[in-house]
Amino acid sequence: MSKTTPRQLVEQIADAVSRADRTIRLMEVCGTHTVALFRSGVKSLLPNALRLISGPGCPVCVTSQGYIDAACDLAGREDVTICTYGDMVRVPGRRGSLEHRRAEGADVLVVYSARDAVSHAAAHPDRKVVFLAVGFETTAPATAAAVLEAEAKGITNFFILSGHKLVIPAMQALLSAGDVPIDGFLCPGHVSVVIGANAYAPIVEQYGKPCVVAGFEPEQMLKGILHLVRQIGRGESRLENVYSAAVTNEGNVAARRCMEQVFVPADSIWRAMGTIPGSGLELREPFRPFDALVHFGLAIGPDYDPPGCRCGEVIQGKVEPDQCNLFARQCTPAAPVGPCMVSSEGTCAAWYKYGRIQAKSPSTQARSS
Amino acid sequence: MLAHGGGGELTGRLIAEHFLPRLRNQWLEPLGDSAVLPWTSSALAFTTDSHVVQPLEFPGGDIGRLAVCGTVNDLAVAGAVPLALSLAVIMEEGLPLKVLDRIIDSIAAAAAEANVSIATGDTKVVERGRGDGMIINTAGVGSLRESLSLDKRRIIPGDAMVLTGLIAEHGLAVMSAREGLAFQTALRSDVAPLNGLIEQMAASGADIRFMRDPTRGGLAGLLADLCVDIRLSIEIEETAIPISRTARHTAELLGLDPVTVANEGKCVAVVAAEDAGKLLEACRAHPLGRQAAIIGRITDAAPPIVEMITDAGGRRVVQRPYGEELPRIC
Repeated sequence: MSKTTPRQLVEQIADAVSRADRTIRLMEVCGTHTVALFRSGVKSLLPNALRLISGPGCPVCVTSQGYIDAACDLAGREDVTICTYGDMVRVPGRRGSLEHRRAEGADVLVVYSARDAVSHAAAHPDRKVVFLAVGFETTAPATAAAVLEAEAKGITNFFILSGHKLVIPAMQALLSAGDVPIDGFLCPGHVSVVIGANAYAPIVEQYGKPCVVAGFEPEQMLKGILHLVRQIGRGESRLENVYSAAVTNEGNVAARRCMEQVFVPADSIWRAMGTIPGSGLELREPFRPFDALVHFGLAIGPDYDPPGCRCGEVIQGKVEPDQCNLFARQCTPAAPVGPCMVSSEGTCAAWYKYGRIQAKSPSTQARSS
Repeated sequence: MLAHGGGGELTGRLIAEHFLPRLRNQWLEPLGDSAVLPWTSSALAFTTDSHVVQPLEFPGGDIGRLAVCGTVNDLAVAGAVPLALSLAVIMEEGLPLKVLDRIIDSIAAAAAEANVSIATGDTKVVERGRGDGMIINTAGVGSLRESLSLDKRRIIPGDAMVLTGLIAEHGLAVMSAREGLAFQTALRSDVAPLNGLIEQMAASGADIRFMRDPTRGGLAGLLADLCVDIRLSIEIEETAIPISRTARHTAELLGLDPVTVANEGKCVAVVAAEDAGKLLEACRAHPLGRQAAIIGRITDAAPPIVEMITDAGGRRVVQRPYGEELPRIC
């Protein structure tokens, strides 16, 4: 059996796009795809008539400004240790970022998993440890497992600030709004491992948009794109899975069960997209003592964009990063204004890091060795 | 456990009992205010570097080995034969003496490996909570090799770029040892003195125009800086860059781009195209250069940019990372 090389796939895509004889607009839902498309050079190989639009799938980018402010407020408390994924520490809020808070003496710890935060809480019983629980179905089961672990061990100084989001409701909201033309979706492998390929069926059935699940290797992404372009050329809209080695139709039932045991879907505020019904996760009643909002008597404030920042439009695929006046001028990875420039999965950061973009204002950076 | 060292009795004992026995040599021994070294007729290379790392000891190395190798390598890539180092150690009160002894032993071992003496030194103790365990500054002097004429201005389009070993091992090893990281890897830091390898590279007779050791900022940082300096483009090939399978997968897991991850004990050399094979052979004959490879070339593409030809055959820009790379969420 001969394997199709990336070069052959690129040729087949070019052929299928030219047959369609129009611009085809595909949305890669997830930030991991956005980065992988740039980093692997796949983006540079695609024909001009094929547009890849980045969707609302970067966990940091979709997190509302109100959430960031709440996290910063908590970090300002004497008795609180914030445990967070690294991406979150630089996102600017109304009164600076967690990084600023840390410089002022706040206890902000970067962790790699929710369970690290539970261990930290167990080792520091005098501290109130708050885990910033953000991310989609990729990280939500891990948060759920951490909450169950804390409960089983009787750890009472561990809390989560849930900013978890669900992928499908966001895709539906985007299509219902209807102001971004999308011909099909390249669906993320890792989220799909949990939710299963069948989860995209409503997108295909209700909105008539083809969905193809693909992994993050160049061959996988190219194959996914080829299948989408071919479907669109034939006027079809089907659900396909080119990543069946890892993604089943049903997904990871055990992980979902764990998630469902701890969380219940709830309305959630998305950056710039507002409140999307049933698009977030909140702790179920028995687990409410672990809810930082409940324990500290907080509420997530309203969402807003930093002045001039168009991250909200970027995550909906309405504009590309270089259409924002701040991009590569006032807003760079070293001094980000909006979250899309902060997160390693952010569309603006990917454009800046891997695209042929020169910084528009000269920045002097000293060499360190 | 370390108590205050105010320059009195305790400081004297710290040096006499812990430092001197391990680092003893003819220049350090007199414990004078200055070390007196024999002077060579060649030009003198002089460099300094301060070292902080958490944890102080990590798989494959520690802050002591890092401090010796860092300065030795800065001298070596400048084309110098390292002669002597200074060692200034700032310790935090409460640092276990066992840890201190292990780190001094490691300093001694690295210095022996690099064939360089610790000629002069200083110790200070700071209050608990104000010293990050230990901070080390080393400065070093070396005599310039006359067989090399390193000068960035001699770099021309067509020159080849040689990398002497695997990338990303050090940065990922330190990251995996840092508090809070749940995964364990088999990765070990490869921090090592490069002067032996560079001696063989120089002896090969290849016309080397430039050398530098990629450290923080990774290979990407080094190339981006070089590109700005020489105003020429650099093209590298992803398939040619030496990287272990473990490092590749670990970086992938963390969402890090391996070319931006910190390295130690590696050297990038720009060499005249016709001498690239000769240089590669010399590298591979040395234990630290077994995995050496030609990873790319200098081009005259305008505007000057660093580009990578990817595994998939595509192209992407390589930029200097903007500070510490942060692991992604999913």
